[in-house]
Amino acid sequence: MNNRYTKELTKGLLAENPVLRLCLGTCPTLAITTSLKNGLGMGAAATVVLLCSNVVISLLRRVIPDKVRIPAYITVIAGFVTLVQMVVQAYLPAVYDALGIYLPLIVVNCIILGRAEAFASKNPVLLSAADGLGMGLGFTLTLAVMGAVRELLGAGTIFGLPVLHTPMLIFIMAPGGFFVFGLLIAAANALAARLGRKPAQKSGCAGCPAAHECAGECQTGGNDQ
Amino acid sequence: MPNESNASPLLTVSSSPHFHGGDSTRGVMIDVLLALLPAGVMSVVLFGPRSLLLIAVSVLSCLFFEAVTRRLLHRSFTLGDCSAAVTGVLLAFNLPVSAPWWLPVIGAFVAIVVVKQFFGGLGQNFVNPALVGRITLMVSFPAYMTMPQWPSPRLLQSADAVSAATPLAELANGTVPSLSQMTTVAAPYNPLSMLLGLRPGSLGETCAAALLIGGLYLCLRRVISPVIPLTFAATTVGITWLAGQNPYYNLTAGGLLLGAIFMATDYATCPISRNGKLLYAFGCGLITAVIRLFGNMPEGVSVAIVLMNILTPHIDRLTLPRPFGVEKARRGRKGEQA
Repeated sequence: MNNRYTKELTKGLLAENPVLRLCLGTCPTLAITTSLKNGLGMGAAATVVLLCSNVVISLLRRVIPDKVRIPAYITVIAGFVTLVQMVVQAYLPAVYDALGIYLPLIVVNCIILGRAEAFASKNPVLLSAADGLGMGLGFTLTLAVMGAVRELLGAGTIFGLPVLHTPMLIFIMAPGGFFVFGLLIAAANALAARLGRKPAQKSGCAGCPAAHECAGECQTGGNDQ
Repeated sequence: MPNESNASPLLTVSSSPHFHGGDSTRGVMIDVLLALLPAGVMSVVLFGPRSLLLIAVSVLSCLFFEAVTRRLLHRSFTLGDCSAAVTGVLLAFNLPVSAPWWLPVIGAFVAIVVVKQFFGGLGQNFVNPALVGRITLMVSFPAYMTMPQWPSPRLLQSADAVSAATPLAELANGTVPSLSQMTTVAAPYNPLSMLLGLRPGSLGETCAAALLIGGLYLCLRRVISPVIPLTFAATTVGITWLAGQNPYYNLTAGGLLLGAIFMATDYATCPISRNGKLLYAFGCGLITAVIRLFGNMPEGVSVAIVLMNILTPHIDRLTLPRPFGVEKARRGRKGEQA
């Protein structure tokens, strides 16, 4: 039993890393990782929302009618996002300004909706909490690494402290974000292969939020209702 | 072959065609290197021995990154095809002589490792490696790459004028003489000095005469067809002429000749058919002219070529020649079948 909790907690770091292996949440990943601080801020905000929404949705999993579950999930998630947004605005105004529109957009972050649909709606509370925390940590770790690489190479600083003399500006622009993203996916695949896991591919039905609607029909091609 | 004594098969079975033209990647690349030689020599004459240093660093880093990446990815050894050397020379030709020595090293990494080998090596790259290397450097290190003042050739330098605005920047400012007055002006904007490269600019782009000689050699050796360079240059010059700019400077200033002859004609990234080449080169010329006329950068050749490189697969599909005797397939609407 203990085993299961550690598994749910650690799978988000590499094996099912939401950004690098499932390729979810790409938009905030590319947009806000221009510095380590922004990456950590976004990751922490998303982790808090993910943890809380997973717990609440897991508690309500027998109450929410199947037909309206997506609006219900979004309502729960939006509530927590509003809380987090207010806290960040009050205590970390610099981070609030840097994250801009991407903070309220956590509401529609597909990682959070995806975990609600794929995990929290089918599993007990504690397991869902472990899942949310693990996924959140994986998201935060990835954003922090990306932010650190891009800040170091693109601005020549780490946490705002000067390190490099001549930065390569392209890394804090959009193309640099794609470069680092691609290289990190490759690195994660190589690491996972070394640990004996399959490379990331079509994530199959396990990670797909629409899994129990379509029952695998999307892959066999017979998707006419 | 007589010198292959061990286990050489008596009969070689292969599919047709059985005549081998004798062309090889290596041969083509050596021709390109030869064609680049006049411009290289002129860059050393014009800008001094530092130019040679930058070209050497660029070529050596390209070869180094090619060898190391191929090794690490467990792929075959490809330094012999000389394509990495061509990329190195082209990359160096795009740098100002004042560039620090590590600039071509970073450019070579982007060109060879990211653009070429990550996508599978020669022939798999969807854009020109040297150009993406240049654009990355331009975006990353504007202080070294897009200064308003470019180094002048040594012959032009007086004690107080080491660098000057490029003719293209002057063209955008409207301070360049018109067609009728230009035979009377002095050094940088004199027609002859523009032809010989006695004007500020990057290493390989200034000497129009040397680039034209190289282009002529490539056309005569049938390494490239003249369709792309001619269409590209004519489109840019024509559009800017119609817009009221001096056509001679638009042809000889900036990187138009270098780009049109040596970069836009890269086999892997330009269309195959003649119509495709025409369309592609027209696109290159149009984008270059639009950037020169309206952009906030004085030059747009590199960006234009890269954009058209990306469109090349679509142009190829659009201009697929119809086999003789085949009727054009009728377009049926989807709804009619159901």
